[in-house]
Amino acid sequence: MERIPILKMGDCLLVTIQVEMHDRIAMALQDDLTDKISKLGVRGVLIDISALEIVDSFIGRMLANIASMARVLDANVVVTGMQPAVAITLVELGLSLAGVRTALNVERGMALLRAMNPSLVEDLDDVDELDDVER
Amino acid sequence: MTDAATLKNVLTRDPADLLRRWVTHQLDALEARRDLLRDDVLEAQSREFLQLMTQAVASGDLDRVQHAEAWAPVRELLTSLSRTRATQGFTPSETALFVFSLRQPLFNALRQHGLAGDALVEAMGVIADLIDRLGLFTTEVYQGGREELIARQQQDMLELSTPVVKLWNGILALPMIGTLDSARTQVVMETLLTRIVETGADVAIIDITGVPTVDTLVAQHLIKTVTAARLMGADCIISGIRPQIAQTIVHLGVELGDVITKATLADAFAIALKRRGLAVGTARAPRS
Repeated sequence: MERIPILKMGDCLLVTIQVEMHDRIAMALQDDLTDKISKLGVRGVLIDISALEIVDSFIGRMLANIASMARVLDANVVVTGMQPAVAITLVELGLSLAGVRTALNVERGMALLRAMNPSLVEDLDDVDELDDVER
Repeated sequence: MTDAATLKNVLTRDPADLLRRWVTHQLDALEARRDLLRDDVLEAQSREFLQLMTQAVASGDLDRVQHAEAWAPVRELLTSLSRTRATQGFTPSETALFVFSLRQPLFNALRQHGLAGDALVEAMGVIADLIDRLGLFTTEVYQGGREELIARQQQDMLELSTPVVKLWNGILALPMIGTLDSARTQVVMETLLTRIVETGADVAIIDITGVPTVDTLVAQHLIKTVTAARLMGADCIISGIRPQIAQTIVHLGVELGDVITKATLADAFAIALKRRGLAVGTARAPRS
């Protein structure tokens, strides 16, 4: 069955939804993501939905649930790249994704995650800085 | 003799005379509108109408004026005529007069045709029916033209009244004018979200100085817009809340949630600049 890849980048997970979300894919994503968060102990999750053009109430609720679950597992969640039509649909469905941070694109989402959790290490410069502080 | 044949004979017996009488009739009735209508244009229109009508009558179908294939050219002429007159500022009756003024000349022609008694009455009835149908059609088209005009103006107003302006890199402003209903909220939301994507803005200021009243429904629409923008990663600030509106909001128990509200657009802009790490200061005078 088709699965959405979950990539690990430093201390966070990157999920980019590039396929049409079916109910079963969403369910699988929910299982995979919660698994990975608890196994890898990551502190941040970035879900990019820029390729998602259509949402129904189920997918909307799944997104909200996935985000809430990640937060229960103590990982910050940023949803990025939502299309205007998707945003309007979610609002009309009454799903405001409360408590989930959002950003316009992946770049800003990453910046947001980093700002929320300064210990997240993204590149070598940050590693050096971190080392200096610790020494 | 059938009705159509009688009518055809009446129309073709002396077309020039019929046309002359009709045009005179129209010019008399439209005395006040002579500035809008040139005599030669009116005569050309009338001549064309008579020709087309003669052809249509020849088809024999007098009952289905509004649908029959044979009457299509006549309908086309009437449509374009009433559209033009509607935009020129003619009243509905002045427009319909084009058709209705043909009744009298046709009756006159019918009398000269040599019919008498019951046959004459019957033929007059047929002509009156036909003229009525054509007249009604003209009025309908005129009304349709006006309605289209109104719809277009409404659409224009909708678009005019919801501009999204870029105040600074990453800061959008949405000055709302007029009442917020569901349809407008939809348009506002769509334009705002599209502009957020286009400009990559992360702060949007919704200014409601021009919104006359805020009730629970309007507040709900505002919150919807703010939530949608937040889902796209942009924070919203609502500004331009007049004292009266602040009172209404509290009296109605409207919950604006954690949306930042400011009294003036300037205050909101200052907050937005601060969010982006910018500040406004006095420029140092250039050294001479």
